[in-house]
Amino acid sequence: MKKIKGNEVSYAKYGYLFIAPFFIAFLIFQFIPLIQTIYYSFFEYYRSGLKIIGPNPVGFDNYAALFEADFGKYAGNTIIMWILGFIPQILISLLLAAWFTDIRLKIKGKQFFKVVIYMPNLIMASAFAMLFFALFSDNGPVNSTLISMGLISKPFRFLSSVWGTRGLVGLMNFLMWFGNTTILLMAAVMGINPSLFEAAELDGCSPRQTFFRVTLPMIRPILIYVLITSMIGGLQMFDVPQILTNGKGTPDRTSMTLIMYLNNHLFSKNYGMAGAVSVILFIIAAILCLVVYFTLNADDDSKRIRKRDRLKPRKEAVNG
Amino acid sequence: MKKGFKAVLSIALAAAMMFGMTACGGGNSGGGEEAAAEAGKVLNIWCWNDEFQSRFNDYYPGVAEVAEDKSTTTLEDGTVVKWTINPNEGMNYQDKLDAALLAQESAADDEKIDIFLVEADYALKYVDSDYTVDVKELGLTDEDMAEQYQYTKDIVTDSNGAQKGTTWQATPGLFAYRRSIAKDVLGTDDPDEVQAALADWDKFNAVAEQAAAKGYKMLSGYDDSYRTFSNNVSAPWVDGTAVNVDANIMKWVDQTKEFTDKGYNNKTSLWAPEWAADQGPEGKVFGFFYSTWGINFTLLGNSLADPDGAQEVGNGIFGDYAVCYGPEPYYWGGTWICAAAGTDNTELVADVMKQLTCNGEIMKKITLDTQDYTNNQAAMQEIADDPDFGSAFLGGQNHIALFVEAAKNIDMSNAGPYDQGCNEGIQGAFKDYFDGNVDMDGAKANFEKTIKEKFPEIESVNWPE
Repeated sequence: MKKIKGNEVSYAKYGYLFIAPFFIAFLIFQFIPLIQTIYYSFFEYYRSGLKIIGPNPVGFDNYAALFEADFGKYAGNTIIMWILGFIPQILISLLLAAWFTDIRLKIKGKQFFKVVIYMPNLIMASAFAMLFFALFSDNGPVNSTLISMGLISKPFRFLSSVWGTRGLVGLMNFLMWFGNTTILLMAAVMGINPSLFEAAELDGCSPRQTFFRVTLPMIRPILIYVLITSMIGGLQMFDVPQILTNGKGTPDRTSMTLIMYLNNHLFSKNYGMAGAVSVILFIIAAILCLVVYFTLNADDDSKRIRKRDRLKPRKEAVNG
Repeated sequence: MKKGFKAVLSIALAAAMMFGMTACGGGNSGGGEEAAAEAGKVLNIWCWNDEFQSRFNDYYPGVAEVAEDKSTTTLEDGTVVKWTINPNEGMNYQDKLDAALLAQESAADDEKIDIFLVEADYALKYVDSDYTVDVKELGLTDEDMAEQYQYTKDIVTDSNGAQKGTTWQATPGLFAYRRSIAKDVLGTDDPDEVQAALADWDKFNAVAEQAAAKGYKMLSGYDDSYRTFSNNVSAPWVDGTAVNVDANIMKWVDQTKEFTDKGYNNKTSLWAPEWAADQGPEGKVFGFFYSTWGINFTLLGNSLADPDGAQEVGNGIFGDYAVCYGPEPYYWGGTWICAAAGTDNTELVADVMKQLTCNGEIMKKITLDTQDYTNNQAAMQEIADDPDFGSAFLGGQNHIALFVEAAKNIDMSNAGPYDQGCNEGIQGAFKDYFDGNVDMDGAKANFEKTIKEKFPEIESVNWPE
């Protein structure tokens, strides 16, 4: 059929119109502040009492001061507390996802459990931290229970011990997010073609073999997605340790996360230093994202090639 | 095609996540300020708890009506007093107040701050700025303030000699001890004899040992004795761009470490629930360092078994406390009323100051009603000399008589604008040292880091040899 050029209607402009609000909001609320943040990170700019000092250009002084002031330690704290929460989270979630989706197990009340494990995520993180602060305080219910059970003779001061505090932060992150992860992984497992499980069963796979040889490889993309979102979330960890330690990152600043450190500078209106912290965080996040992007993509390509290779002979056979 | 789309999508997502993360924290200050639509004038008062609010509502003569949620008070002439209350801890109040004061000039008349309250720990920061008004300009005279304690005027006097605030209270500190525990440990609960046993730090430490032997704790936590040391320093915290830690502060560190290691305290922190519980019926703590407001306001509240019940003997340990001077004179806290520059209610502000800080009758009534110690030497002396006056909470003791003596020793010449940040910083940093999480050098380093975060202008921290 021949196309009549004059009658062609371009709908493209409507498309641009529809996506414009996002770009306008993005420009005003994210892009300009970002540029400003980077700009001010090269200035001495803060408030001393009621006087505003600066902005005076100081080059890389803020960055130098940052690395003198334990930036690495806070990054380490953040990673440690993230790992403390992430490892149990991924293990329990995998286990639950495997159980909930196993047609042979026939767990009753599946829907009920799904709701219950998701519940902690509905509570505000700060409220959750407040709750734990009260539960695990020196005279709190946890200590009195442990004492009355005879497990310990005097209260264990969770929030005065390094691993007590870090452990609680990890525990809270785990409790808040394992339900969410379980549901994501269940969706992934249910997306696997059931015939694969049937075939595995016919071939005599044990449940363990099915899990490690069929389920796990098939949900790998979702696992990586979970890892990345969790890692970004971990890098931004703030409200739970902030509330639990009253913003001090106690004891000995071992539960001070990067964002808490950023918050300290922002609170004293030190825009130069806060900007420098933000820029470094931006770079870290950018590197993480790029690494993930390339590993994911490289993986996709190689898989596609392999698949094509494998499919080729069969296709030929069919065609031939 | 599909791959291209995926690439765009993942870059967009990644970008969104990063921007979302780094662009945060613009600081959402202010808030909660509805437009003032009322007819007549609005008096905006900023403070950090309801202490002044209740004094104002109870004792200011012009009060006509208090709103049910206490957020506003209406005066007889139709003026509406709007209360803005921000908690004090972690310099939160100062932070919010600074933001509001910096916006004062551009604010609408009814939105401008008229009165704000300041605490001893940071009074100078505001007094030495253009954001406060000389009280003499407002119309207060030396005669009006003749009966006020000199130190309460000195601390709010700026470098040019202008007095920028005034207060209704003086805050000498005492040592409040449990009568029952003192009887068990020392064999007496008489304030004079207990004072003799606690007259200096060596004696105090000896009593701590005796108390520990009987299963009691001398103090509740790490910060209890802090003010007795920090008020007797030789110089202000900050000199130029350097923080100088006083030798007396290090004495507090040494004493507290010793008390902690020997089990003389309960390892609590100021204002923590455990600390409050130690002051109640279940507590086994010998005593607490408290100034005026702490005794009738905080300690009384904490001592009751039923906080909503009657304040009388039989409810918790009401009546079991008594006060003595303790090993060293000190003060703690105090609240000053400052007029904000740019206020559109100068006459009213002046009248509030006159009535609530200079009026001897009202001052005396406040003390008789609430047992708070007010800033009027004549009225206080009168109550101190009254043989019939006694506090039921303190087992009938006339604590005003002790306050009158202690108030004579108050010296605020070493107070400075950085005190809240430095006090909170050093208490926080050395908590880890007392807990055994860091050594001395670690605690010192953490203090330095905290100070430099709080006050970017500070360049060095000097420790005593």
